[in-house]
Amino acid sequence: MAHSYTPGLKVLKKTLFKKERILPLKGKVLVEKGDSLSPDTIVASTNLPGNVQMLKVNNILNIEPRDVVDCLVVKEGDNVKKGDIIAETPGVFGMFKSSVESPVDGTIESISDSTGRVVVREAPIPVEVDAYVSGTVDKVIEKEGIILKSDAAFIQGIFGIAGEKRGELTLISNNPSEELTADQITKDMAGKILIGGSFLSLEAYKKAMDCKVAGIVVGGFNYYDLKAVLGYDLGVAITGTEKLPTALIVTEGYGSIPMSNATFNLLKSNDGNDASVNGATQIRAGVIRPEIVIPIKGGSDTEDSLSKEPEGIQEGSTVRVIRSPNFGKIGIVTSLPSELNKMESETMVRVAEISIDGKNTLIPRANLEMVELQ
Amino acid sequence: MSKKIKSILATDCGSTTTKAILIEWKDDRYRLTFRGEAPTTVEAPFEDVTKGVLNAVMEVEELSGRTILDGDKIITPDDGSKGVDIYVSTSSAGGGLQMMVAGVVKSMSGESAERAALGAGSIVMDVLASNDGRLPHEKITRIRQLRPDMILLSGGTDGGTTTHVMELAEILAAANPRPRLGQNYKLPVIYAGNNKAQDSIRDTLGEISDLDIVDNIRPVLEQENLEPSRDKIHDLFMEHVMAQAPGYKKLMSWTDAPIMPTPGAVGSLIEMIAKKEGISVVGVDIGGATTDIFSVFEEKFNRTVSANLGMSYSICNVLAESGLDNVLRWVPFDINRSELTNRIGNKMIRPTTVPQSLEELVIEQAIAREALRLSFIQHKAFATSLKGVQSERTISDAFEQSSSGQSLVNMMDLDLLVGSGGVLSHAPRRQQSARMLIDAFMPEGITQLAVDSIFMMPQLGVLANIDKKELKDDASQAALEVFDNDCLIRLGTCITPVGNAKPKSKMADVVMSFKDGSSKTIEIIEGSIETLEVPYEEVKVTITPSRGIDVGAGKGETLDSVIYGGVVGLIFDGRNRPITLSKDSSERIDSLLNWSNAVDEYPKGDLF
Repeated sequence: MAHSYTPGLKVLKKTLFKKERILPLKGKVLVEKGDSLSPDTIVASTNLPGNVQMLKVNNILNIEPRDVVDCLVVKEGDNVKKGDIIAETPGVFGMFKSSVESPVDGTIESISDSTGRVVVREAPIPVEVDAYVSGTVDKVIEKEGIILKSDAAFIQGIFGIAGEKRGELTLISNNPSEELTADQITKDMAGKILIGGSFLSLEAYKKAMDCKVAGIVVGGFNYYDLKAVLGYDLGVAITGTEKLPTALIVTEGYGSIPMSNATFNLLKSNDGNDASVNGATQIRAGVIRPEIVIPIKGGSDTEDSLSKEPEGIQEGSTVRVIRSPNFGKIGIVTSLPSELNKMESETMVRVAEISIDGKNTLIPRANLEMVELQ
Repeated sequence: MSKKIKSILATDCGSTTTKAILIEWKDDRYRLTFRGEAPTTVEAPFEDVTKGVLNAVMEVEELSGRTILDGDKIITPDDGSKGVDIYVSTSSAGGGLQMMVAGVVKSMSGESAERAALGAGSIVMDVLASNDGRLPHEKITRIRQLRPDMILLSGGTDGGTTTHVMELAEILAAANPRPRLGQNYKLPVIYAGNNKAQDSIRDTLGEISDLDIVDNIRPVLEQENLEPSRDKIHDLFMEHVMAQAPGYKKLMSWTDAPIMPTPGAVGSLIEMIAKKEGISVVGVDIGGATTDIFSVFEEKFNRTVSANLGMSYSICNVLAESGLDNVLRWVPFDINRSELTNRIGNKMIRPTTVPQSLEELVIEQAIAREALRLSFIQHKAFATSLKGVQSERTISDAFEQSSSGQSLVNMMDLDLLVGSGGVLSHAPRRQQSARMLIDAFMPEGITQLAVDSIFMMPQLGVLANIDKKELKDDASQAALEVFDNDCLIRLGTCITPVGNAKPKSKMADVVMSFKDGSSKTIEIIEGSIETLEVPYEEVKVTITPSRGIDVGAGKGETLDSVIYGGVVGLIFDGRNRPITLSKDSSERIDSLLNWSNAVDEYPKGDLF
């Protein structure tokens, strides 16, 4: 049978979810292999080098850089408090002295006789990494962090904003084609992850942020509304660091697009369960898609029986068209001709023949996406 | 003629695809004979670049019927029936070479350092300068965040004051930057500044970095000396950055010449062509994420990377930077604006889709025009004469507004414009590529247009750079012959008179004499485009511009020249410069339709 590979997004009822939880710099790992973890468990911590203050001592004292050393009252490695004198001129008969005070608490890191600058480093900045998802420690990476594992349902979105959040999944829309509207969002939804259908308007998203909703999973959102949320035009899809109270995970794309049945049904079946979501997206080499992880209570560490690599499009596959014309429509593959076909644009491409609403049409294979994983 | 090199295998390991080409000596010249490609295997689960290389080479083997591999080894030399004489490669996998540069004055040593880094084929993540307006702690935070592959530090003229460049060195030391790849080696830092500061630089940076010191990039204000820095960047790219990437140590042991960063190789080829032919060249490679522009004007080479102007990953940024109106001005039909932005957004998040309908193709090519136009604006601003140079002025100069730092890019001097990248190389009709290049770059006078159909320039660039004495001559001959015969698809020549002209007035008469002895005259009318089908062969022309109009010989001056046709032919562009489109929607659409139909750009139907 003809076969074509199309990378689809994962929608897995149960999988052995693994995640690296790594420090930005080497530090201390606080858990051991096999330990149970809740999403808030701190698994590793370290101290980032503190900020640096550079003092132009020669300028302040109005002396040559090489003379700075003679005026210093501290040496490299000394601890200083804010307001402590760092350097002082002898003055005239002990009077009319000029001095330089430390602007911060810190340590004298270096003294330069070529530029006359003194570097004061502030106290280290503690950094902690939490588990993000409940599960167990699969592997400890010495001084760096851990790999966590958890039996979980796992769904990837196509695009998201804001970083990691967690909360209880709460079904709002009754079906995948229904819009999640502002009037459906209330204050008692604070800290929850809402499941919508085809669309979320800007008004509804703003209301969710006001109500401190932790996250929203929805089929579509308008590209041009992102500017009102982010404050800038999103030029490249690299997100995750936005400081927003509500993470947004779009499963299908920009515009109003019904959520795929597989995604909607899996989310619906987990209504009321705890989930962790991450809106971080990076559409470049080393692609990162936003994710929804729903740990399965009492799950064992079985290998992922239901997950499988996407097999690619075959005759009989259910696919979605991901580019105009027919954007967002679902169809069944009736054949996969091997020869190149000329499209209306005169582009020569490999195509699939798709039955959409009972009518057969040729679509470039590059414009199709598998939507239903059984 | 007997050749030392009878066959050459060359690969380019890109972020997504590894491309292999086979060049053979046949019928007394070098020709590209076969090519193959396979997905790049730098990332998990393979994590070994050589696997993708072997797969691409295997495709070449299958197509050519020639045995090149013995297991996972490339057979050398060519014994007549199997193997190849040399193997070379370029690489931009794993994000290419990412650098940070620093200079005392942003527009002087900072810019020279940036030019050296770009010319070597790197992406410049940031330019740090004493006068960039950032406070020391802001600079330190930035260095820490960026984690470049290497840093180039410059500043000060030889023997001059050392204070400022030392301040920069101290900022680097305080940041104690770590390399992007690998936790277990020190970050390479190249110092190319004031020679008087070298010892102090060693004291400050020697411990915390892997420091190399080369000749000053600006030994005196009037002179830029980029070569030592560029060479050192290439060496370090091999020794440090590449050595950290999975499988590269093995790949390096296979090649007969150092692996070059892909854009570095392309730049060096363009530089070589310009030098050999004595011409001015602009080359552009528009990709999914970035657009690279290379130019040689007045024998000076420049490269810029517009990091966020591209046709898929960065397509929304093109929209954000140009504005929807600027994109839509190239579209000859009305379209719902909100729906269009969602469509473009969807191309960004699903970057591999292709335009199926004609409407989608026209929109995509409108966006390409804007991406190219914006990238070229950035290039023109960067490709300048040296800034900060004082020149002696005579009384006659006092009336001219010229100063140092003027753009070297002069469109009237441009001889050859080469495009590559999916949207230009794979446009369904070559006329579309020609129109995109002309509309975005707006060439003036006589300009030859071409596209690199399969983006072979990287492999040819590294081939042209082989410096083993016994191979050098054959390798560079092979690079040039394949470039001329197989790499470029000659679109034709664009003739554009410029100057003050009334609408629909005659701008120039063009008298053409063809190879078969026939001749033809064409009038170029303001506001119109015309084409003439002429294959890639010599055409003698005499162009007589109207009063106040210039085609390259000066206003109103007649120009005699030899030009070439191509797959599109000769294009007579009377749209003056800059190309302006009417604010009135129906007038604009009329013009667009007329121009498209004049070059047979799109298929006739409902839209055209």
